[in-house]
Amino acid sequence: MSIWASIVQRDLRIAWRRRSDALSSLFFFVIVVSLFPLGVAPEPSTLRLMASGVLWVAALLATLLSLGRLFAADHLDGTLEQMLLAAEPLWLVVTSKVFAHWLTSGLPLVLLSPLMGLQFGLEGDEIAVLSGALLLGTPVLSLIGSIGAALTVGLRAGSVLLALLVLPLYIPVLVFGAAASGAFASGLTVTPHFSILGALLLASMALAPLATALALRISLE
Amino acid sequence: MAAINWFKFSSPHSFYPLAGRMMPWFLAASLLLSIVGLYVAFFVAPTDFQQGESYRIIFIHVPAAWMSMFIYLVMAGWAGAGLVFNTRLSGMMARALAPTGAMFTFLALWTGALWGKPTWGTWWVWDARLTSELILLFLYIGFLSLTAAIEDERRADRAGAVLALVGVVNIPIIYFSVVWWNTLHQGASVSLKSAPKMATTMLIGMLLMALAFWMYSIAAALLRVRSIIREREPRAAAEV
Repeated sequence: MSIWASIVQRDLRIAWRRRSDALSSLFFFVIVVSLFPLGVAPEPSTLRLMASGVLWVAALLATLLSLGRLFAADHLDGTLEQMLLAAEPLWLVVTSKVFAHWLTSGLPLVLLSPLMGLQFGLEGDEIAVLSGALLLGTPVLSLIGSIGAALTVGLRAGSVLLALLVLPLYIPVLVFGAAASGAFASGLTVTPHFSILGALLLASMALAPLATALALRISLE
Repeated sequence: MAAINWFKFSSPHSFYPLAGRMMPWFLAASLLLSIVGLYVAFFVAPTDFQQGESYRIIFIHVPAAWMSMFIYLVMAGWAGAGLVFNTRLSGMMARALAPTGAMFTFLALWTGALWGKPTWGTWWVWDARLTSELILLFLYIGFLSLTAAIEDERRADRAGAVLALVGVVNIPIIYFSVVWWNTLHQGASVSLKSAPKMATTMLIGMLLMALAFWMYSIAAALLRVRSIIREREPRAAAEV
């Protein structure tokens, strides 16, 4: 367990020293979300209708941008190979790296989402549903994304490829995440959506690190 | 009783000539079945009293949609076998199948659009089946671009195998999420589930075309796997 904590600590420290990387994908999120009212129409009713979808799509894209950082730097300086050789199981190392990635990319999006919700004219309860769904959904994005990041580590044009691999797999999270807000807006209960998001989170927590560890071994063999 | 050596043909060296001997037969069967199937489709099957002649595209559309899904499963099966047994041929088979599967997925979408315009009055609806077929095409494209981007062929096979397996776990989740999304967002503008009972000749035509597509897929995969063997292991191909 100590290696888990120390890798999280190390990745957080690295992220802190390269603050601009994490901040850029956060600003990317803010800018993409702000472009939609400009592109569509600033009608409050239209904006409220599309707020959850826009925020979710922007969160998907922002996570995708930050995924390149997950293994790339460690691959370049050889740390990743040391992690493969470590006595601790690789999937454990992977979970700690993914957790640190979520803390620096997913969690800031969740914390920022109420502000973006206000821009789209959402009420307090609606914002709570949206941010709650993002809180459950963004770790799934980091977990599934780690498989794609591991498969494309060290490849030319890896980032474009990563989008092709990962975005189709993000569809269930997008559907259920955005649908939670839709259900709330039409007066239905949001429990089933949150339950499914939770189920997706548990399933990806169990399976994704194994697939990522396998993919890392293949990429670095 | 002598044990059968199941792995004899798992080596490219012994599979190359076998594939070469089988390929023409599958190709011939595919041509023959297509000719008979298309004859049934265009001349024997009756005109649909609601849709007129435009329904006849289903003889291509439905078998193509079946193949698109089935080939992905077979591809993932080969991918899994390749990871478990570490056989070179399994990865080659998975990669030989992928372009055919992507082609059938595209064909199913395209013919579906051609059928949708006269029947539903629109080229595309965000129906659950259409959307999940489109996502299947994305999964094929992901597999093809990943394997194409990796220069080391063995690594490409194995990385593609992981992706194909992840995709196969996700396909049911994606399908049900799309079904749910669809029922939430729009009323059932189009329902394919309550299809009217088909005339027997229509069913026969469709089954013949499905068989023809099966044979074509096998022939195409065998031909492609022979090219892959020639490219990667010229010695295995040269000795026969």
